Amino acid sequence: MRKEICLSGSGGQGLILAGIILAEAAGIHDGFEVVQTQSYGPEARGGASRSEVVISDEKIDYPKIIKSDILLALTQKACYKYIENLKEDGILLVDSTDVTKIPPFKGRVYQHPITEDAIKVLGNQLVANIISLGILVQISEIVSKEALKQALQTRIPERIRDLNKKALEYGFQIGENLINIT
Amino acid sequence: MSEKKRLEKILQGNEACVEGAILAGVRFFAGYPITPASEIAEGMAQRLPALGGVFMQMEDEIASMAATIGASLAGAKAMTASSGPGICLKQENIGFAAICEVPCVIVNSQRGGPSTGLPTKPAQADVMQARWGTHGDHPMIVLSPSDVTEVLNITIKAINFSEKYRTPVMLMLDEVISHMREKVIIPPKEEIEIIDRKKPTVVKEDFLPYKADDDLVPPMANFGSGYRYHVTGLVHNEKGYPTSNNKEIDYLIRRLTNKVELNKKDIILEEKYLLDDARVAIVAYGSVARAAERTVKLAREKGIKVGLLKLITLWPFSDDTISQLASQVDLIVVPEMNLGQMVREVQRAAEGKCRVISYSRVDGELINPLEILAKIEEEGK
Amino acid sequence: MNNEIVQYLRKEMFPNIWCPGCGIGIVLGAMLRAIHSIGWEKDEIVMVSGIGCSSRITGYVDFNTMNTTHGRALPYATGIKMANPSLKVITVMGDGDCAAIGGNHFIHAARRNIDITAIIINNMIYGMTGGQYSPLTPTGKIGTTAPYGNIDQCFDLTSLAVSAGASYVARSSVFDVIQATRFIKKAFLKKGFSVVEIISDCPISFGRINRMRTPAEMLEWIKSITVPKNKWEKLTPEEKEGKLPTGEFLDINIPEYSKNYQEVCIRAQQGGKDK
Repeated sequence: MRKEICLSGSGGQGLILAGIILAEAAGIHDGFEVVQTQSYGPEARGGASRSEVVISDEKIDYPKIIKSDILLALTQKACYKYIENLKEDGILLVDSTDVTKIPPFKGRVYQHPITEDAIKVLGNQLVANIISLGILVQISEIVSKEALKQALQTRIPERIRDLNKKALEYGFQIGENLINIT
Repeated sequence: MSEKKRLEKILQGNEACVEGAILAGVRFFAGYPITPASEIAEGMAQRLPALGGVFMQMEDEIASMAATIGASLAGAKAMTASSGPGICLKQENIGFAAICEVPCVIVNSQRGGPSTGLPTKPAQADVMQARWGTHGDHPMIVLSPSDVTEVLNITIKAINFSEKYRTPVMLMLDEVISHMREKVIIPPKEEIEIIDRKKPTVVKEDFLPYKADDDLVPPMANFGSGYRYHVTGLVHNEKGYPTSNNKEIDYLIRRLTNKVELNKKDIILEEKYLLDDARVAIVAYGSVARAAERTVKLAREKGIKVGLLKLITLWPFSDDTISQLASQVDLIVVPEMNLGQMVREVQRAAEGKCRVISYSRVDGELINPLEILAKIEEEGK
Repeated sequence: MNNEIVQYLRKEMFPNIWCPGCGIGIVLGAMLRAIHSIGWEKDEIVMVSGIGCSSRITGYVDFNTMNTTHGRALPYATGIKMANPSLKVITVMGDGDCAAIGGNHFIHAARRNIDITAIIINNMIYGMTGGQYSPLTPTGKIGTTAPYGNIDQCFDLTSLAVSAGASYVARSSVFDVIQATRFIKKAFLKKGFSVVEIISDCPISFGRINRMRTPAEMLEWIKSITVPKNKWEKLTPEEKEGKLPTGEFLDINIPEYSKNYQEVCIRAQQGGKDK
């Protein structure tokens, strides 16, 4: 089993942290082999940002994505760019706050206004990454929900942990709804 | 997590480098901010003070290298880290460490060059600079790990080699390895081999600071230990004093290089993967070696007998292994994130016994397994 | 030679490489007298130099010594001091070494106020390479690379050291060796970054090309251009032209770097991550 997950958007959306949390859940709490890598430009905010996670039940040789099994796209630009490398039977999750046009794709597609909910429901745009993780894990079962919760516990500083826990739970719920709709 | 005997952590390559250095006994680090190496300095700034060690952010890369060497002479295991532009500036003092035989480790998290180049993207184009960057004939041990666990272990090796052979050791990472996160098992202290520099055993009056033992390495006295001596970047005799005596000059310059050559067996680290029946060999190092490992599997699925020689030690070079390999296989492919640097060494060591070709990628992306496979298939036609 | 300082010399290294009449030996004598009167042990002293005539001093003294790369004495010394703060760390530099190629290190060693003494032997020329002009060559003087006269402005190292954050800053000359020795001793004892600039003569590479053929002529010239600080302050700008004030410009007690670093260690240890 080798699963490749691409988390994409722009700098400052917390995608690298999301990748780290996912990697920690898979590697430390679910006992898989895991590699997290990233591609980023010189700018700390804005610009294209991509975080890659490869999860496997055996030692991982090539650490980067060859062809994604799962793609999260928080921006329209990222969606256009990375869908080309998504497997035909893969999973696409987009933040419909920004992604309004879905390129032709045969696999499973899930759309939800993630950033909008982060602001309206949780009152903080910055937790869009964690909501995304919740949805992504709920719909793909790529790691266990329990592992993801534990990883969040260790990787998120205490003062913002409760907010992020809420965001994660909210993501699980949205994921559940999306499955039921499809 | 803490209940487990073996501590597992998700660590970034740069964090694993810090972890390894601290386990190996590094207690002095001087650095200067630079992408993609800065997390090493940040980690050291966080960790060293609590251990009574010293972290210093110096005014520039030159000063970082100088302070590292000074600290080593005063008895600390010392390290610095940078990337291409900074490594260029360090070269002057790396030469000083080489001729004065001062143990120190220089980490180069490689990015695209020349000059400012590609600050956030990987390359392997500094491997010749690592060997020959400072002027004059000099020894250099250069190591190149390819996964995060290996970063930790090879950092320990780098510190050990520098102490054992009294020479600067360069640890080559790249942007991919530096920033990649993987599961790492932190080895318990008692399982780690730690090597400290040899101390003089003679009485102070008889101490000759540059008189080598049979392994060609002189014992080293720390400043302040009572063995007073002179350290100079001028060519010097066994007493440590500048010399213009031809015999003494010749002896020092040859000994510096020979001490690494003589101990090659200990220093050369390499890994062989499915080479026994291989007709094609890939010779790779660093992050590219991981792509190559996948290529081997993909090729074998297609019935092409490909194997991998992964070089961990880049310098001194694996002449003997390459020579043997060249007698066995029909083709050696050397994929590198440069325009063909180590491939020249492979060609030299292969002595024409088989074809040796280069596969280059210099666009800031890690070479992927399918590209190497395509190259092999194309060459096999 | 005075017996009390001979014990600090590596006699097997003599004769030295300096030209007859060179001022470096005078500064060496002053440093050794200062060390002797303080009573430091040879084992606890580290003397670090860069490159140039003055930097050869470290080869001749029986301490822990280091002759490093051009301009880099201070960062090497910084590493030594921080790795073992109990050592007495002294750097000896020339004017080109300290003010040109090593200028940035000089500023930042002063900024940190690290407990190192910087002795700068200012003979206003690159002597070892044959007389090229340095940042401390007076405007108008001749160098082999300024054959029509030096147009560069001359650096004032003491003002630089004062504004950069040093604890002790003084200037003397080889003409007034008693004063020089006194300043050097105070600098050695100062806990913090201490600077003593000593105006020295280079009869071969500076003197000959600037019509001062003998060491005595050069010393006369040094005497004529150095003015005690209190007199200097009363001079008009025109009178100050081509002259240098001597004396102590700064003598303060401020927090020292290696001490401050101990505080960092304590803070980190109380944080308690690595025990």
